[in-house]
Amino acid sequence: MTEKTSQQKQTEQRLLGGLKARRAKERRFVWLGRSAIAIALIFLATLFISIGTKGIPGFFQYYVTLNVSLDASRLDPNGDMSDQSFFDGDAKKLVYEAIYAELEIKGRSDKKAARQLMSNGSDVRLVEFVKANSNLLDTVQPVKLALDDDADSYLRGFISKETPETLRRVNDKQIAFLERLEAKGLISYEISDYLFFGSASRNAEMAGIKGAFFGSIYTLFICFIIAFPLGVATAIYLEVFAPKNKITEIIEININNLAAVPSVVFGILGLAIFINIFGLPRSIPLVGGIVLALMTLPTIIISSRASIRAVPPSIKDGALGIGASEMQATFHHVVPLAIPGMLTGAIIGMAQALGETAPLLMIGMVAFIVDIPNSVTDPGTVLPVQIFMWADFAERMFIQKTSSAIIILLGFLIAMNGIAIFIRRKLERRW
Amino acid sequence: MYYLEIYLICGCIALSSFFYGKSRIIKLAATHSKRPNSLPVFYGIYPAALAIILPAITIIIWQVCETILLDRMLLAQIPEAVKAGDDFSSSVALARIHNLVDGISVGEVEIWVSELAVKFQDWTDNSFVVMAISTLGICSAASVYALSKIAIDFRARAAVERLISNFLVLCSVVAILTTIGIVFSVIFESIRFFRLIPPLEFLTGLVWNPEFEGASRAGSGQGGIAAYGSIPLFVGTFLISFIALTVAIPIGLLSAIYLSEYASKKTRGIIKPLLEILAGIPTVVYGFFAALTIAPLFKGVGENLGLSVASESALAAGFVMGIMIIPFISSLSDDVINAVPQSLRDAALGLGSTKSESIKNVVLPAALSGIVASIILAVSRAVGETMIVVMAAGLAANLSFNPLDAVTTVTAQIVTILVGDQEFESAKTLSAFALALTLIVITLALNFVALQIVKKYREQYD
Repeated sequence: MTEKTSQQKQTEQRLLGGLKARRAKERRFVWLGRSAIAIALIFLATLFISIGTKGIPGFFQYYVTLNVSLDASRLDPNGDMSDQSFFDGDAKKLVYEAIYAELEIKGRSDKKAARQLMSNGSDVRLVEFVKANSNLLDTVQPVKLALDDDADSYLRGFISKETPETLRRVNDKQIAFLERLEAKGLISYEISDYLFFGSASRNAEMAGIKGAFFGSIYTLFICFIIAFPLGVATAIYLEVFAPKNKITEIIEININNLAAVPSVVFGILGLAIFINIFGLPRSIPLVGGIVLALMTLPTIIISSRASIRAVPPSIKDGALGIGASEMQATFHHVVPLAIPGMLTGAIIGMAQALGETAPLLMIGMVAFIVDIPNSVTDPGTVLPVQIFMWADFAERMFIQKTSSAIIILLGFLIAMNGIAIFIRRKLERRW
Repeated sequence: MYYLEIYLICGCIALSSFFYGKSRIIKLAATHSKRPNSLPVFYGIYPAALAIILPAITIIIWQVCETILLDRMLLAQIPEAVKAGDDFSSSVALARIHNLVDGISVGEVEIWVSELAVKFQDWTDNSFVVMAISTLGICSAASVYALSKIAIDFRARAAVERLISNFLVLCSVVAILTTIGIVFSVIFESIRFFRLIPPLEFLTGLVWNPEFEGASRAGSGQGGIAAYGSIPLFVGTFLISFIALTVAIPIGLLSAIYLSEYASKKTRGIIKPLLEILAGIPTVVYGFFAALTIAPLFKGVGENLGLSVASESALAAGFVMGIMIIPFISSLSDDVINAVPQSLRDAALGLGSTKSESIKNVVLPAALSGIVASIILAVSRAVGETMIVVMAAGLAANLSFNPLDAVTTVTAQIVTILVGDQEFESAKTLSAFALALTLIVITLALNFVALQIVKKYREQYD
């Protein structure tokens, strides 16, 4: 008896001892799971913070307000306010004279240093100002002009005075000029209109996303009008009408395979078929839209099929029961009920297409295009490709501009996904 | 060209045949004093649909054939003397003629170019006239034919439904056409590439260096200039994918386990969408983040530890790619873990195991096939990823297994070769198609394997 009790005790002890270790293991396991999630979320937060801290300052830039004499005979030598006339005039010189006067400088090297403080696009700005206020010609007016990107970087504190003069892009003279301008209260830090209304430019302070934005809109438009009807029609066919045979099976396998093909391959398809064989021009949103449409097609087909499947069969059976044809039952009853789900899928597909870069690089949408595209056949670029191009430039200010463009792109993506969630919550019926 | 006018005329014919067809059947019904087979509207839709669809098909086919045929005819007309020239390229010659026709001419124009441009203009004009006549003819013929069929017992609804059904089939064929397009565009150019460079050299060569022009005429890399050995690219792809997976598998899998087994419904509802944001961020953003934030960070840390880290290292690119594919693993694994029946867990708990023991010994083995499939899908995603690699891993084709070196991948090379203007005849351009072919084969094989694993090893409960 006593022997058995001790054995029992031993077992009990062993179990209890083991239990402690096992419970510790359990706690460790839960802790591991939590830390995995924490790490993933920290990555997400780091990404957003890193983009945000760089990008939000990019929405602003430094401007200087100069008293420019709007000499009509020099600005507009032909006197007809035409583009050619302004082009012949010397708006740039007037801007330079204004800054020389403001800083009271005479020497050649001083003048050169002062000139370099001004953005290369100052003359264009001045001409725009004159065009909008032609009644102010032949007066002296304060005009707000952008500073050059190096001066901008200095004012932001990215260029330190301690760096030896030869190693920094702003020399001592320019720093002194900037300090004088600042002391006079002429320098202002404002929302950058160039970012929103400028187009592609090698000058960081003038670069903007307008061209890429319209390029993205045209591309997405083409993508939507091709992919949505095609995807929905395919989904209806496969879900409702397709006979169960080899051909249907091949179509289904094909769609699943297309969903798995890397996006670069679609770029190759666009290059080889649409540009090389059909002879469509490079860089146009039409080709970009077609390529992205083929890429998003599987997403739309799969989500549309799911939403058709979610409509209870009783609804179709009811329609068939009172004498509707298969086609009528589908198009009058099933499809209207499935439309919110189809739209949700389409919007998510469009969001994917909006963020896609690689295939568009290959059909030439990476070209440097200053003009804003006016139609789907004008050469253009899109937001993600613009981000890719800016990311390659060395100027400090382009880092901010790139981050700002990323914030804008992410804003659109969040808005699109928000709309998709809204449609799903509000319009989708559950049975 | 008067395309808009053609569309408008076809539209008018369709519209009038719609109203004519509809009123015709109503009249017929009155004279026969009998109800027609279908609703009157179908007798209108049928001719109108035919009058739109058939001309539309004509125009599309015409356009496609015209571009291809006219270019062929142009090429045939280019003087032999020009063709024999050293730097003759058919695509450049065609582009010059097209530019002249469009009114964009740069520099001096040779006589043959301007002659051919005039001819080309002539051909397109003639072709347009023929197309316009045939389109309008087909449009009216279709309308007349359809209207002539209208009778009191003509089954108009069935006819319209047949048309719709054919349209639906046509739409679903687009998916097949896309696949065929991909396969053909890649295979044809790859065959041309393999004529220049033997496949064995491409698959087993240890040096990738396509940068030197003129290499195409010298043939393969025997001259010591250009080399097309793809091994360094595949090693780079493998290395970066491997790093990505070592980041993504533990984090993704552990998150999936925690979310499905431990987290409350509310936590899960918040965290799962947050994790899925990671998959929705455009890859160009990840590329920027990797190149600008992660790579300098790793370089700094590495230098503090006394290691030399390339400023564009495989580690930075792989790490960021790993973050990107976390949700692919976590979401899919989460679904399969959830699909394991509760009775298995209850049995394990009933036998006295702790929750983690039940997960490790019962739930995970039951869900293993799905988890493996999700990992394979993540691999295929990593192999096909482009922008992160282009922006953060560099383009140097080093044959290296060291994650701190700069490496390049198949996708990055495809992009760099094909961006910008390229000659379609050179081995360099063609090599991108051969790379794409191998990429497609790899990703499709991975997906096939994933599907087979799910099919074969799925545990069937209930």
